[in-house]
Amino acid sequence: MGWLSDLFGKKEASGSVAKQRLQMVLVQDRSDVTPGVMELIKDEIIEVLARHLSINPDEVIVKLTQTSRESRLVAEVPILSDRKSR
Amino acid sequence: MSAKVITITSGKGGVGKTTLTANLSAALAGLGHKVTAIDADIGLRNLDVVMGLENRIVYDLVDVIEGRCRLRQAMIKDKRKPDLYLIPAAQTRDKMSVSPSDMILVCDQLREEMDYVIIDSPAGIERGFQNAIAPADQALVVTNPEISAVRDADRIIGLIESEEKGPALLIVNRLKPKMVARGDMLSVDDILEVLAVDLIGIIPEDESILISTNQGLPVTMAAVDGTMAGQAFTNVARRLSGEEVEFIDLTPKTGVMDRVREWLNGK
Repeated sequence: MGWLSDLFGKKEASGSVAKQRLQMVLVQDRSDVTPGVMELIKDEIIEVLARHLSINPDEVIVKLTQTSRESRLVAEVPILSDRKSR
Repeated sequence: MSAKVITITSGKGGVGKTTLTANLSAALAGLGHKVTAIDADIGLRNLDVVMGLENRIVYDLVDVIEGRCRLRQAMIKDKRKPDLYLIPAAQTRDKMSVSPSDMILVCDQLREEMDYVIIDSPAGIERGFQNAIAPADQALVVTNPEISAVRDADRIIGLIESEEKGPALLIVNRLKPKMVARGDMLSVDDILEVLAVDLIGIIPEDESILISTNQGLPVTMAAVDGTMAGQAFTNVARRLSGEEVEFIDLTPKTGVMDRVREWLNGK
């Protein structure tokens, strides 16, 4: 009963799933960085930044992005405002 | 007159390189060019069978390279077109029997007499690919709308660039427009977005291809009003010759019976 499952929320089309997986896999392939190494990089970035800035480790995002054929490692690090010291 | 050497490669195996090489060579010859196709898949030759020339092999590429025959003796003349030749691969040797510089020497000899040299690269990224890409003026990458094929195409595009043979041109082979419309297959636009290369051909899945291989008669050699795939292959040949050709509109036309069938399947 296809129409019933349509009513209760479609599963994402497999072609679109394929595209997302492909993009993820290509970014890793091109930069030669595995998910395991990404975790290590993230931990070390947090460690280094925490020595100089107040940051919340749980909100740090480190990811690989790609434009055209160029890959970038991007880190988003919310810096906590130091209200207590005022 | 100096030939353009075009290498057909893919990374992934089984995506349609040999079929493309056979059909592209025949189509270019059909447009009046002098064409030699070379099977660079030493040890696993197939271009001969796809072109229907398997019974005409006397000498092969390795015989030429090792000096057992002259280049002309290894060139099988396809009698169905005025100026179409095949240099087959050796079957009982392997890729190490040929080096990139050997391939360059062979192609340099062919450059004087030919308009096009089309090289069928083996799958992979090792010696076979390196042999096939060494003499190339232009690389054509064949892929299928399928995750592992596109992944491998990306790798091969990167290697082509590092061999300084880029930019590669892309051919999306075995597209099934109805599956794309349903969202169950990567679209050509999806593939172009992730690979970021220019497109030179879209070839739809077509039963006539298997039939043509069975018979050893490439679809571009068959009747004038041929198949969709044949038209698509010919368009690639025309684009390579410098013509601007629009891509065939492959969007599926849904009729009443298609809609009824879809409704029944959804139940």
